[in-house]
Amino acid sequence: MKSLQRIFAIVVKELRQLSRDRLTFGMIVGIPALQLLLFGFAINMDVRHLSAGVADLSNSAASRQTIMDMAQTQVIDINYQAADVQELEALMRQGKIVVGIYIPTDYERRLQQPERSAMQLLVDGSDTVVQGAVVGIANSSRTSPFNDRPPAMEVRTYYNPERRSPVNTVPGLIGVILTMTMTLFTAVAIVRERERGNLELLITTPVRSVELMLAKILPYVFIGLLQVTLVLVLGALLFDVPLRGALLDVYRVCLVFIIANLALGLVISTIAHTQFQAMQMTFFILLPSILMSGFMFPFDGMPKAAQWIAEVLPMTHFMRLIRGVILRGATLPELSSELAVLGVFILVAMTIAVLRFNKRLD
Amino acid sequence: MSKMSSSTSPDLAIRARGLTKDFGHVVAVNELDLDVPHSRIYGFLGPNGSGKSTSIRMLCGLLTPTRGDIEVLGLEIPREAEALRRKVGYMTQKFSLFEDLTVSENLSFMANIYSLPRAEQKVRIPESVERYELGRLLRQRAGTLSGGQKQRLALAAATLHNPELLFLDEPTSAVDPENRRAFWEGLFDLVAEGTTILVSTHYMDEAERCHSLAILDLGVLVAAGSPEELSDGIDASVVVVASPEPRTVSRFLDQQKFVHSTAQIGNTLRVMVDENIPEPAAFTDRTIREAGIPLDGCEAVRPSLEDVFVAATQARKAARDAAE
Repeated sequence: MKSLQRIFAIVVKELRQLSRDRLTFGMIVGIPALQLLLFGFAINMDVRHLSAGVADLSNSAASRQTIMDMAQTQVIDINYQAADVQELEALMRQGKIVVGIYIPTDYERRLQQPERSAMQLLVDGSDTVVQGAVVGIANSSRTSPFNDRPPAMEVRTYYNPERRSPVNTVPGLIGVILTMTMTLFTAVAIVRERERGNLELLITTPVRSVELMLAKILPYVFIGLLQVTLVLVLGALLFDVPLRGALLDVYRVCLVFIIANLALGLVISTIAHTQFQAMQMTFFILLPSILMSGFMFPFDGMPKAAQWIAEVLPMTHFMRLIRGVILRGATLPELSSELAVLGVFILVAMTIAVLRFNKRLD
Repeated sequence: MSKMSSSTSPDLAIRARGLTKDFGHVVAVNELDLDVPHSRIYGFLGPNGSGKSTSIRMLCGLLTPTRGDIEVLGLEIPREAEALRRKVGYMTQKFSLFEDLTVSENLSFMANIYSLPRAEQKVRIPESVERYELGRLLRQRAGTLSGGQKQRLALAAATLHNPELLFLDEPTSAVDPENRRAFWEGLFDLVAEGTTILVSTHYMDEAERCHSLAILDLGVLVAAGSPEELSDGIDASVVVVASPEPRTVSRFLDQQKFVHSTAQIGNTLRVMVDENIPEPAAFTDRTIREAGIPLDGCEAVRPSLEDVFVAATQARKAARDAAE
């Protein structure tokens, strides 16, 4: 009873302080909203509308057909007409184009000689994503009126047939936002009290370490769920992200992940001495979470060692869970092993935090 | 070093023996013995870095001593520190309540943290508010209070749960003299109600108000007792010298073997003279006149606490210098 009274007192205090800290309060709503818009609109991994230039020396029916085919893929926009290869190279150096299409005068004759390449694609290789996309169109547009079509390859895409990035990004974004805000808020909330001297006062009172830890993370559980709701609503409204699984399962998965991050924040708070250090340590976790969890790049494409490291990050497991529930309509029993890993993570982190936070100054 | 007896000491609120804190490269507190009786104000007097805060933190269980035994309110510290927390109040050197909460929010937070039942809170909080004149400030954020107001709030918060023992670490360093006076009146009220108070300070006027005090210098207890006992026990005589040329007199006296120290106060000099000199005022008078320095007169006075402090720390410095 007394324990509950103390926990409740700290929760109320945290919420009061939070409502008065306008910047943090703004971040609770601002971070999810802004990141959703940024990642959803700007960081679009579909390659479209690459600026291209054409030097069509053949100027034949076949060459015009080829150029039209390529333009129709929408991967490239033909913005420049060049007289020769040198001019294409100059345009690329100036950054005006990333793709150059060079069609020699004897294009039609070359098409009938399969051992010779009929035309040249010049690619600005400084962006590998662009490179990949252009190789893609080169392979798919080798059609010509004289040859047979290249071997027919039918591509079928599951779950995201339109291949729109936001469908994949938005569920993962919940993970990025929660990792960032939850870890940072808890870590800073405790370190700030240490910096301001509040902690020296609190540890001379009968408050127990466990009570203090629990009371510190409780308010942020609600804030985390609020952020999840915000991302889900915005994702559905702005990007038509489907929800194929049960909504309740989404919240269950998020709740487990939120607690994992809060526990991690508590561990950081017992190590960091200043708010700045707490911030640095949060980013130390956040960066690999973004890059290695499968959010940005396919998990299976990483080297084995990187995969092992990524398995330690809660975000990796959350990414599988949330994509499973939202995009594939998976049920929790089907994902139980991922949930179990997060459970173990919470247990370990909370134990470390409570053990490390002793009520002494030395 | 005496080993602490297993029986508790009912007449003492705090008893420490051989208390030592070693921070690796520096010994912050060295072999401190302490006896603080109940219902008294006990002072720690010493300059910054003399080990006052470290001692207080060890006594309330915030720091683990490197060596030594502590018994506070019959509890062995740091082993029984958790049990002690309900019985003590602690006011930190720096204001440590929540600046973004209002006065009344801070008070009810602390009441809940000390698990005061609702009914008791309804009585205790208004009582404290009235006693420490916080009525007009209830809705004000603690961060916007003046130094004196903050300190009244901190004392109110530290005493909400009626602690038997109150630790105050330089409580008045950010407070004007008038508020300091009022603050000390409040402390004597608490003592009259049976509270024991341990207060650290570097103000002589505050030290004079304590029932008894310990003078600390570089982590060592150099003198202890009531202010009167300390003044009487000083091993030097104090002579006030009036002269139209105080700087000349000062330079001259500093070179005399029988003079421990000189300090100018306005146009007079306060001179600490070897205690073995029979008539210190007459002797000083004669010595200065023989040197041909203009002089208005010399008078022996009762040593103040500051004299005690200077004598005690100087004796240690002399001993250190001799050792080197």
